[in-house]
Amino acid sequence: MKFKESDVLLKIRDLKIQGYSDETWVDIIKGVDLTLHRGEVMGLIGESGAGKSTIGAAAMGYARDGTRIVEGSSIEFDGMELTNASEADKRALRGSRIAYVAQSAAASFNPAHKLIDQHTEAPVQYRIKKRLEAQEDAIELYERLRLPNPQEIGFRYPHQVSGGQLQRAMTAMAMSCRPDMIIFDEPTTALDVTTQIEVLAAIRDIVDQFNTAAIYITHDLAVVAQMADTIKVLLKGEEVEEAPTDQMLSNPKEDYTKSLWAVRSFTVEQKARPKDSVPLISIKNVDASYSNGPKILDDVSFDIYEGMTVAVVGESGSGKSTTARVITGLLPPSKGEVLFKGEPFPPSYKDRTKDQLRQCQMIYQMADTALNPKVQISEIIGRPAQFYSGLKGTALKNRVDELLDLIELEPAKYYNRFPPELSGGQKQRIGIARALAAEPSFIVCDEVTSALDQLVAEGILRLLDRLQKELNLAYMFITHDLATVRSIADEVVVMQNGQVVEQGPKDDMFTPPHHPYTDLLLSSVPEMDPNWLTTLLEERGIDNIGDAAMANIDPDDEKVEGTQV
Amino acid sequence: MGDIIKLVGKRLGLGLLILLIISIIIFFMVELLPGDIAQAVLGQGATAENLKALRTKMGLDDPAIVRYLAWLADAVTFDFGRSIVTDEKVTTIIGERFANTLFLAAYAAVIAVPVSIILGVVVALLRNSVFDKVANVVTLSFISSPEFFLGYILILYFSVKWGIFPSIASLSDSMSFWELLNRTFLPALTLVLVVMAHMMRMTRAAIINLLASPYIEMAKLKGAPPWKVIVKHALPNAWAPIINVIALNLAYLITGVVLVEVVFVYPGIGQALVDAVSKRDFPVVQACCLIFAATFILLNLAADVGAILTNPRLRHPK
Repeated sequence: MKFKESDVLLKIRDLKIQGYSDETWVDIIKGVDLTLHRGEVMGLIGESGAGKSTIGAAAMGYARDGTRIVEGSSIEFDGMELTNASEADKRALRGSRIAYVAQSAAASFNPAHKLIDQHTEAPVQYRIKKRLEAQEDAIELYERLRLPNPQEIGFRYPHQVSGGQLQRAMTAMAMSCRPDMIIFDEPTTALDVTTQIEVLAAIRDIVDQFNTAAIYITHDLAVVAQMADTIKVLLKGEEVEEAPTDQMLSNPKEDYTKSLWAVRSFTVEQKARPKDSVPLISIKNVDASYSNGPKILDDVSFDIYEGMTVAVVGESGSGKSTTARVITGLLPPSKGEVLFKGEPFPPSYKDRTKDQLRQCQMIYQMADTALNPKVQISEIIGRPAQFYSGLKGTALKNRVDELLDLIELEPAKYYNRFPPELSGGQKQRIGIARALAAEPSFIVCDEVTSALDQLVAEGILRLLDRLQKELNLAYMFITHDLATVRSIADEVVVMQNGQVVEQGPKDDMFTPPHHPYTDLLLSSVPEMDPNWLTTLLEERGIDNIGDAAMANIDPDDEKVEGTQV
Repeated sequence: MGDIIKLVGKRLGLGLLILLIISIIIFFMVELLPGDIAQAVLGQGATAENLKALRTKMGLDDPAIVRYLAWLADAVTFDFGRSIVTDEKVTTIIGERFANTLFLAAYAAVIAVPVSIILGVVVALLRNSVFDKVANVVTLSFISSPEFFLGYILILYFSVKWGIFPSIASLSDSMSFWELLNRTFLPALTLVLVVMAHMMRMTRAAIINLLASPYIEMAKLKGAPPWKVIVKHALPNAWAPIINVIALNLAYLITGVVLVEVVFVYPGIGQALVDAVSKRDFPVVQACCLIFAATFILLNLAADVGAILTNPRLRHPK
């Protein structure tokens, strides 16, 4: 153990926090202990609802609106008890000695002020630095965090800066008063993998340089393995276990932890294209743009065969969802066409017949917003069955029951429920049932597991796989998560800037040589090995990650041209 | 910046179109008023020949559409014709009175806008406190009382009992500016009380609406004191709805002052309109209505531009 007893910075004992819901106070944190030493980085991991963020906020003596820290809890920061400190005393710590880095920098920077003005706010307020000194310091921190154009970037407004850069600017802001401790609340969850590496490397560097203690909150085990000295696993407001990172990864004690570690084991066997058959969906040289804007899709072509899963991967803005919109007819292409079993599909959904419409269904990322909260499950699933198949009365009810059976939800229990009464995974299952109700041959799954916890996501993947086998469905699986691709895809299409850069059977895609962009994507996915980031940085060089690496792709590389398989 | 000019141009064009439509509505509404204008001008004793002669002179025998176009052609050059009661030019009748109304509105606005915004910020800061509730109840009672009632109450105390301000706001050219302010204080105060509640409550609501935003939590976790969280972090993002309510209330200050003008005998455009309606002086009525419509359109345009200027995304495009 490299940390000494005398170096304890934060000592939380028997922390209990309650949240107000349905007119009563419910326990959300049920007696958690936590000890953090100076310079130590502790990873807090767990699924949604585990209370990670709530503990993070409590470490600053802060209870979010609608929550309260229960009496008897103790939060001792550097000898000062925060649970009974005055508001003013606690405020004096925040920003100066304890800083916070939020999940979405885009939402957590005030849109009305320049980055540097938000950066200098705390140091100026605490009279640690004069305004101009603080600005110079900000520029120096921007440089250390390898932000492009550090002299100038701070003078921009948040909306003028990209997500990954904002996240680094927020880390710089947290450093502005050289705090003793920083709370990182899922700082890379909203970022693409290539950008994530930049931010992870920047955070790790700066925490090392200033010997800052940190609590790193995330649900991504591979990420926490790179960042943390110690890992604490949480489940429903209670601690499962805590151990140094190496030990936790190699030898988890509790079953729950083991199940978390084992999540990525689900894979389906890769299917080959049926011989001598016409592709079910064939996208041919499609260009598309939104209302005369710039071209979003540029000469996109790929085929999807009956009963197969084609995963479309790429970073945000690469055109994955736009391709889906073209296939479903929501966005007519400006050039090219979509064929269904060799026959051209009318470009706009308005011109498609009912039978053509039923063939392509969609499942969405956010089941929360994709289901009308005021409509009963029976009607959500029943409507497409009624619309496409003209079912009525008992026939309709039987069909809904059948569909609920298919998605493994008990019909009698769920028939009359409303979406808000269901969990995230159940809602996603309803979304699947709604798509199935039309009896399609092809379903677009747009990031269907991204908003779900890993164990729940795996359940959804297994269900989709089973349905595919039973109903001979074809899936277009849009995702940015390569682990999902590895487990469920038969073929992979890699997209970048609206173009298909590489496509082929999954096994080929995951074995070198790759297109350089695919290579970059693959190598950017964090692995459980705690030395992964260090090794990667050594291999690639600190200046060759993220955007820089993207710019360094050699256009003359032979794989860049030979994208077709 | 080019985008904003383009947008203002577009809105102005749209405003003109709306104004045109309104002019049509106004003209034909006046047309629909019961009774005969010639009869009204000449009175009960008029002979049939006299009436006929007057109708021909006023062009009343022409089809309505011809008269509308003639009126519109003149109105475009700010010639609203002559009053049929006094035969004065309409512009001379309402010109000075409109200026008076603008002065009173400006006087009230200069007080009401800053006071309500500051009050709105304070009640947002002290939300759900006693002060918040008292401020709400008081401003709401002002807005719920009829203006003439408020006016008389103010006269009762400020002029009759305490004798601080004059009760009649009559104007003369020889008055100094301070005298003018003093004389028009009570009508201005009445207007202030009437419009404050809206603006204050919208400021409060717009700010509180933002308090759940992640950047507000960030500001709190950076150690910013509550007043700074509100003033520096919430208010700059809350301007758009506030500006819109301000614009609506400013428009009300110009177009809704009839009662206040009557109570304080103030020579404004509202009184001119009431007089004209009762005397069937339709050129004056039309001109007044058109001015009111233009006021609404211009102020709403100003609100839109203001809302854009306070939005950094539109002010500093990528």
